[in-house]
Amino acid sequence: MNIKINNNEFWANPGDTILQVAKREGIKIPTLCYLSDLSPTGACRICVVEIENGQLVPACAYPVYDGMVVQTNSKKVRRSRKSIIELLIANHPQDCLVCVRNGCCDLQDLAAEYGVRSYRYVGEKRSGKLDLASPAVERDPEKCILCGRCVRMCHEVQNVGAIDFVDRGFYSQVAPAMNRSLNTTACVYCGQCIVACPVGALREKSYLKQAWEAINDPDIHVIAQVAPAVRVAIGEEFGMAPGSITTGKIPAALRRIGINEVFDTNFAADLTIMEEANELIERIQGGGKLPLFTSCSPGWIKYVEHFYPELLEYISTCKSPQGMQGAVIKSYYAQKTGIDPKKIYVLSIMPCTAKKFEAGRPELSVSHTEPDVDVVLSTREFARMMRIAGIDFTRMPDEGFDDPLGESTGAGVIFGASGGVMEAALRTAHYMITGKDMDRIDFTPVRGLQGVKESSIKIGNATLNVAAVSGLHNIDHFLEDVRNGKSTYHFIEVMACPGGCINGGGQPLPSTPEKIQKRMEAIYEIDRSLPKRCSHYNESIKTLYDEFLGKPGGHKSHEILHTHFTKRESI
Amino acid sequence: MRSEEVYKKYPRNEASNMIAMLQDVQEVHGYLPEDDIIRVAKHLNVPTSRVYGVATFYNQFRLTPLGKHVIRVCRGTACHVKGSLDILNTLEAELGIKAGETTKDLQFTIETVACIGACSIAPVIVIDDKYYGGLTSKSVYKLITEYRKKEDQADKQ
Ligand code: SF4
Ligand code: SF4
Ligand code: SF4
Ligand code: FES
Ligand code: FES
Repeated sequence: MNIKINNNEFWANPGDTILQVAKREGIKIPTLCYLSDLSPTGACRICVVEIENGQLVPACAYPVYDGMVVQTNSKKVRRSRKSIIELLIANHPQDCLVCVRNGCCDLQDLAAEYGVRSYRYVGEKRSGKLDLASPAVERDPEKCILCGRCVRMCHEVQNVGAIDFVDRGFYSQVAPAMNRSLNTTACVYCGQCIVACPVGALREKSYLKQAWEAINDPDIHVIAQVAPAVRVAIGEEFGMAPGSITTGKIPAALRRIGINEVFDTNFAADLTIMEEANELIERIQGGGKLPLFTSCSPGWIKYVEHFYPELLEYISTCKSPQGMQGAVIKSYYAQKTGIDPKKIYVLSIMPCTAKKFEAGRPELSVSHTEPDVDVVLSTREFARMMRIAGIDFTRMPDEGFDDPLGESTGAGVIFGASGGVMEAALRTAHYMITGKDMDRIDFTPVRGLQGVKESSIKIGNATLNVAAVSGLHNIDHFLEDVRNGKSTYHFIEVMACPGGCINGGGQPLPSTPEKIQKRMEAIYEIDRSLPKRCSHYNESIKTLYDEFLGKPGGHKSHEILHTHFTKRESI
Repeated sequence: MRSEEVYKKYPRNEASNMIAMLQDVQEVHGYLPEDDIIRVAKHLNVPTSRVYGVATFYNQFRLTPLGKHVIRVCRGTACHVKGSLDILNTLEAELGIKAGETTKDLQFTIETVACIGACSIAPVIVIDDKYYGGLTSKSVYKLITEYRKKEDQADKQ
């Protein structure tokens, strides 16, 4: 069918909304409550357009019909949008100068684009209490514009439902049950609500202050570790094209900030693979609990602890790469260098908000008292840190990570994308079982941004059924099957965030499907370009086992690299 | 109905029964206790935030228990013109609660209502089932002090 937008004819599919056609044709219509992939609610009405009879309709929710005539920029439309913005601002703290989203805020952008130059409406503002109690996600309800994106994300995509609209009318707000703090709920700290939020009403808990204090203390040996997904995203914060690979610039910047040593979480990802591939084989050969679920996504782990505690035995006992790296630093590395572990401060740079919570879990630390990872900064906080330090990231030279925990293979880097842990583990499991590498190292059926990817693979004379799942609502039917004894899988990778860590809750904003696609391509590009692509070829890992751990799954490995999870109650 | 019966009456995991179930819980307790909001959520397998959202969205649900005396302040037009806002403010200040809330000692609840059909004696409040008209800040203050005195004496006996 044909429709006319701003006097130009366009072809449209039946069932398209006006917004979909406009987007395809590069015609800009502003949106606030609209969230791609989820059904539109038509709540904010910033996307109004005028149709032939002079009516204003929300473009995000309004289906096209043949012969429709649309104006996206008539006087009526501009007026209506401007007053919506003015009304939103009237009920908003005018806080931009000190707001974490200054320069990256949809409301701020709209006010600028529509030429809002005064506070036209003045009235009572809604009040709400700051919720700073959780270790990872903070809420500032006064900044909330009630678009509902976080609510839909949390309920429909993550299946957690920690927050919802409460109260009515002027007092409506988005909050946990009984208006309590997020830390009393089943919130898994995935941070996807932060990614969804167009303003500064949701944000990560910042630990920049603690990080600077450690860096400024000459008695403390500060070690950074950098997760795989950070290197394909941080460039966006400095205007680089999405998917820019900045592996070498990161250690260069960290050294200039004053970090003493820079290790690579990819090393620990390789280490995770050695342990997890071994665990998979042990369970298959020894009749252990199957399917084996991966354990590297702390949002996913917390989800199981709240909603499926009876299935915790199915989860791999491996700590996450962040946890393993911290543990190895505070044990092996401290021993090797003779530095007192109490004087070592581990600073993680992660694409993730849930890692902030994970770092504080006592069962993850070697000493069970002091944490192995002292502070976790998101990719965004790392960018802020560089700005404060006056570092022009785009001009950093390429430098390497430090030994002995800086070497990594292609298997480590693909942890950053959904399906990567699975693929990396299969590469090594194949080698452990058959003594040879897979004919083709690339195992593509588990790649891509779909929420569920399933496949089978023959290793030796066994056939393994595997799945890679991301976005927590996708995992429930797998778990139900396990609960009912009907699962036919051997190995399931789960990442809480849709698409994996490349789309983590701590990544640069705004995040769009196109950017996530680019970040993913960059991850596999790095893997392809590396000389070694299997964890079992990582020389530093071999040394670590020789000098300290013994063998994968051995006694020492269990002590340092494995953990257990516990049932969690919440309201 | 007793509390347990409510949970027996409704099948588990049937979210469509949420409102009916909350009504029954309120029937039992006179309000929706937090523990029951959590229990209803578990029973129906919906997030607690959603049940709480529904409970706070509809006017019919109360989240606090009713006091022994329910004071209904008319906020209809006639009463408004005759100064019902002052009456409300006085009551709120005197009892230390807002409309819709109950005092800590569970003695008083303040509610606001639209015209209660006694405009001729505006401004009007109703305490339990007794009407008081032609009020001023001063007289309402006296009235509430008397109620309190009575309760204090009852406590002492
Ligand atoms: S949320 Fe946006 S508009 Fe509001 S204070 Fe922050 S930057 Fe300004
Ligand atoms: S962090 Fe995740 S689980 Fe928690 S409220 Fe946000 S979306 Fe929901
Ligand atoms: S917190 Fe953010 S995403 Fe959630 S409703 Fe408010 S403005 Fe929208
Ligand atoms: S974006 Fe269309 S109504 Fe909000
Ligand atoms: S307005 Fe108060 S009784 Fe009618």
